[in-house]
Order: sequence, then C-alpha cells, then structure tokens
Amino acid sequence: MTAQTIIETQNLCKVYGMGDASVTALDGVDLQIQSGEFVAIMGPSGSGKSTLMHILGCLSRPTEGRYILDSQDVSDLDNKQLAAIRNQKIGFVFQAYNLLPRTAAWRNVMLPLLYNRSDHHSVGERELVARQMLEKVGLAERMDHQPQELSGGQQQRVAIARALVNHPVMIIADEPTGNLDSHSGAEIMALLHEIHDQEGATIVIVTHDPKIAAHTQRTIELRDGQIDKVTHNGHNGAHTEPNPDEKWMRPKEQGVA
Amino acid sequence: MKMREVARIAWDAILRNKIRSLLTMLGIIIGVAAVIMVVSISAGTEATISDQIKGLGSDLVFITPNFTRGGAEGRGTQNGSGLVFSDADAIDQQVPGVLGVTVEQGASENVSANGVNLTDIDILGSTVDFPSVRSMKIANGNYFDQPALDLKEKVAVLGSGLAQQLFGNTDPVGQYVVVGNTQLAVIGVFAPRGSVGGTDYDSRLYLPITVVFEKFTPSEFARFLGDRVRLIYVKVDPKKSLSDVIRQIQFLLYQRHDVTASNPDFAITTQQDIITTQESTTAAFRSLLAWVAGVSLLVGGIGIMNIMLVSVTERTREIGIRQSVGATTDDIRMQFLAEAFLISIVGGALGLLIGMVGSLLFGSVSGMRTVIVPSSIFLAFGSAALVGIFFGYYPANRAAKLDPIEALRYE
Repeated sequence: MTAQTIIETQNLCKVYGMGDASVTALDGVDLQIQSGEFVAIMGPSGSGKSTLMHILGCLSRPTEGRYILDSQDVSDLDNKQLAAIRNQKIGFVFQAYNLLPRTAAWRNVMLPLLYNRSDHHSVGERELVARQMLEKVGLAERMDHQPQELSGGQQQRVAIARALVNHPVMIIADEPTGNLDSHSGAEIMALLHEIHDQEGATIVIVTHDPKIAAHTQRTIELRDGQIDKVTHNGHNGAHTEPNPDEKWMRPKEQGVA
Repeated sequence: MKMREVARIAWDAILRNKIRSLLTMLGIIIGVAAVIMVVSISAGTEATISDQIKGLGSDLVFITPNFTRGGAEGRGTQNGSGLVFSDADAIDQQVPGVLGVTVEQGASENVSANGVNLTDIDILGSTVDFPSVRSMKIANGNYFDQPALDLKEKVAVLGSGLAQQLFGNTDPVGQYVVVGNTQLAVIGVFAPRGSVGGTDYDSRLYLPITVVFEKFTPSEFARFLGDRVRLIYVKVDPKKSLSDVIRQIQFLLYQRHDVTASNPDFAITTQQDIITTQESTTAAFRSLLAWVAGVSLLVGGIGIMNIMLVSVTERTREIGIRQSVGATTDDIRMQFLAEAFLISIVGGALGLLIGMVGSLLFGSVSGMRTVIVPSSIFLAFGSAALVGIFFGYYPANRAAKLDPIEALRYE
C-alpha cells in the first residue's frame, strides 16, 4: 500500500454565525489520511463530526485552516470548483441512501457520470458503466428497479455503486448502516470492506457504533470540535478484535449476495 | 450535462405530474390560442374589407335620410324628411361627373313559390342602374329594363341563395313568386355576391322600385311629396374629384329640400368612410384581444413561476442529491429552466392547436372570415417560450442557490 496522503487538514476551523451568536463547530483539526486507509470518525452529537464530514466531502468550506485533498488545496475553491471535486474525487454514501425517487437504479448510478464534464462518453456507454457497477455490488437482477421497489440494503448498494462510478479518490460514508437492520448492515459493511480490500479504496466512515469503528484501521474520536483520541485498530481491524458476528469477519464469503 | 439529458430529465418531471403540468400550461395555452385567433380574425376582416373595396369601388357614394334631424316637417319643407325618388333623377341629370344613380326602397315580406313559404324576406326595389352601380352580375335571365320600371311590371330578380331556397336546382326564370299578395314573374337570378357589411345580398328579392312604391310602401302623401327612398347610390366618375361631386350633390339637395348646410336632412357617406369605420372597429377589437392575449400570457407566466417555486421546494432533497454527486449551480439552474421552458412550449403548441381549430370554428359559426397568419404562429410560440424562460428564471435560480448541506437535510 502506497503511503500517499489523500487528506491533509491543517488547523481546520468552522464557525457558524457571527459575533456573540457564533458557534464553533470545528476548532483546529489536524488530520492526515493515507491513500487506501479505512478510517472511522466517531464522536457524540455536537462533537463536530458532521461538520468535518461536510468539509472533507467538499460540501462546505472551512472558516479557517487548509484542507488539501489529493495534493490539491481545496480550502478556497468556489462552488463550481467544489462541485467538480465532489463529482470526480469523492463518493458519498448517506444514512438515508439519498437515491432519486422514481428513478431506475441504473439511472441513479449514472447520475455522477452525467455531471462529469471531463467525461465524453455517450449516454449509452455511460449506461453500460453504470450497469457494470451495479453488477459489482451484487444488484445485477435489480438494475431497472426504482428505489421504492428495493430493500434498504439494496438501496444502499445502489448508493455505493453511485459513489464508486466516477472512481473517486475517497469514499465518505455517513452512518451507512444507520437505517438498516443488523443483517443488512453487516452486508453493507462487508461490501465496504471488500471494496477496501480489493480496490484499495480510501474510505472514511462516520459512525457512532464502536463495533463498526473497531473494524476499521483507525478510529478518530472528536469532542467539542477537536480531535480527542486516535486509536489504531491494527491492520484491518477485524483481525485484532474478534467479533461475535461472523459475517463481518468474512466479507468475501458472505458479503455480496 | 448534455442538453439531451437535461431535456429528458425536464420531460420526465413534467410527465410525473401530468395534471399539474397541464394546469400550469393553461395560461400559456389560452394566451397563445388568443393570439392566433385574434390575428386570424382581424386578418380575415381586413381581407373582407379589401374585397369590399375591390367589389364596390371607392367611387361609390351613399346618400341616406338623416332621421336625427328634427323640425324639417314643422317648417313645411317640400317633402317632409328624407329622400325621394325624384332626388335621384335630379342628381343624375344636374350633377356633372356622375356615372350612374340608383335608389333603394324595401320592405320585409313573406315570399312563397313552388310550395315553399319563406317569411320576412328582404325585398329591394330599385332602378335599372342597380346592377352596374352595385357591381352585381346576372347569372341567369335578365334584370328589368326601363319600360318595365315605368310600366310597373310585376317582375322579380332573385338573389342566388333565395333562388336556391325557393326553386332548388330547377330554373326559376319563367316561374312565379308570390310576395305578400302580389304575384311576380321571375325574370332573372343574380350571381352569388356573398355578405358585405352584414347584408346578405344573396337572400334578397329585387324588383322595380315603382312596384315597391305601389304595392309594399304605399303612402297617402306620395302624390304630393314624392315617393320616399331609403338610400340613393351615386357612382362617381373615377376621373372626377369625389369631393367636388359630393359638394355639388349637397348643394343640389339643400336647394331641393330647402334645408341649410348646418341642418341637413340627409347624410352622404362614401365607401371610404365605411371602410374607415370598419377598420377602426377591427383595430379596436384587435387591440382588445391583444390585451387579453398579453394578460393571459402574463398570468400564465406567473402560474409557471408559482408552480416551479412549489416544485423547487418539493424537490429540495433531489437538488441536494444532485449537488452532492457534482451538479453545479449552472446544472441545477439549467435543469429547472429547461422544465419551465418545456412547459411553456408544450403549452404554446397546445395553444396553437386550439387557436387554429378555434379560428376555423369561429369562422364557420360566426360567418366571419378568418385567415391563419403564419407570422402569428411564430409570434405566439416565441412569446410563450420567452415567458417560460423569463418566469422560470427566478425559481430556477432559487434552486441553484440552495446550500447542498441544507438541501440534503430537507425532509
């Protein structure tokens, strides 16, 4: 695994509001994430983990400090440039899936391709790419279904396929199992681990579940807008702390249905 | 994003809410239909007027009795009020530059022939010059001649429509019609003339004015005052000055009627006056409907803006999702603008269809001529498209300016 730094933040601050009414959500976060790392961000509500995720995902800009993503300083980019970064370098996986309703799975997966200005493939070629990505996440049979016809776990697979389709440098997953039952949640985690192991993808997962965090390589805990604690969970997390749930430990056998 | 995809997404959004989209389009539909109809009706009227100029010639002068004037009879003028038959002869003989004079006196009578009974048919008494002065052509048979007029011969010439009603496809010439209590011999049929200025020339019956005086408008005073006529037509030599001729006619009639220029008992109207009046009526009508069309397009535009604002709010989360996968403000703006544009041009197309069908229907129901003008199609369509872009911009811009984090949180 190359030790190239994908994310580097320097004294990252985010202040909402002005003057006396201002709230400091992030208060000087210095963070480095290497290419191919699987990192969990934890913290109680109000700790600033959502704010950090939004900045890392280029959905908002820091008030102060620098954010260098994939060797590019993105702290001061305008909205249009940030949109292009989100499109090409970041794949989001949300707790609520956030698929377009009444839109076929493959069209949802194709969406980032349509907004990719550096991609000059025809719509037909893009459709093919989207369908291949859905096959990869194990939804070959359900490509033409709309989100409301899919289970929560299946919807989250569509969302993961969408996150991967533009080959981003990093996947940000915000409580990806939060809306799922334990079985589907386990499958989704297994899928993320598989993507990490096989593709060497960099994954940042925001969670409040210590068991999920324990399976990552590193857990970063936030408190009051600052990094409180960093825990190294060993090479792949799963090996260091035995988990009662077998499925999480053997993603390749049981993950993709 | 490629334009094709933008259009597809916009079209999907419109189809997703068909009823709502249709209601949104309604203002545009009405506006465009109104533009098409207004223009086709006024173009039809203009065409009719220009036909009238060709058909009647601008050298025709109408003299009518002036009923609004009071006091002529009280002053014991020669003939009470109005025009008499002998005025026509006087004009013909004494005014230079007059090519022909004819008069009209009529009544409404029941007409029957061939077992067909028609009520309240316009019968029109006139002189031998009538066909030439009014530019009417005989299709079959003859018009009556001077001896027939002088001898009060009981003859009739039928308008083409009346002939068809009474005799169908058989030849009316040589047959008889009963008008009121009088039997008249049919000696001719006019060629179709159509309606001009609200008068259907084809549904009338034409006969010598002397017969009308005797049988249909008898007057005890006629022996002393002369036979009244309701209209005198004067055909003026086009080489002469129309206003000179009119002035001489006025002077002659002032003398004959013993009235002054400030208080005449007749009015002189030229063909041009009638055309001008009709044109100004058409123009008023057109500007009224143009306002209706404009207001309707405005209301339609506001309707589009209203629904687009609702749509943007409803789809806040969708906007957030699109932003999170890389849609720029321009992409979002374009998407909603395309939707507003599509709604207005689909509305425009529907309005076009309704406007054209409406014009044809209006034409056939009202009997007014309508002409669909190609340029009005472009005008209506173009303004609909502009309305869509203009009123779609604000909602589209509002969508584009949404903060992605807020939009993703929206429930």
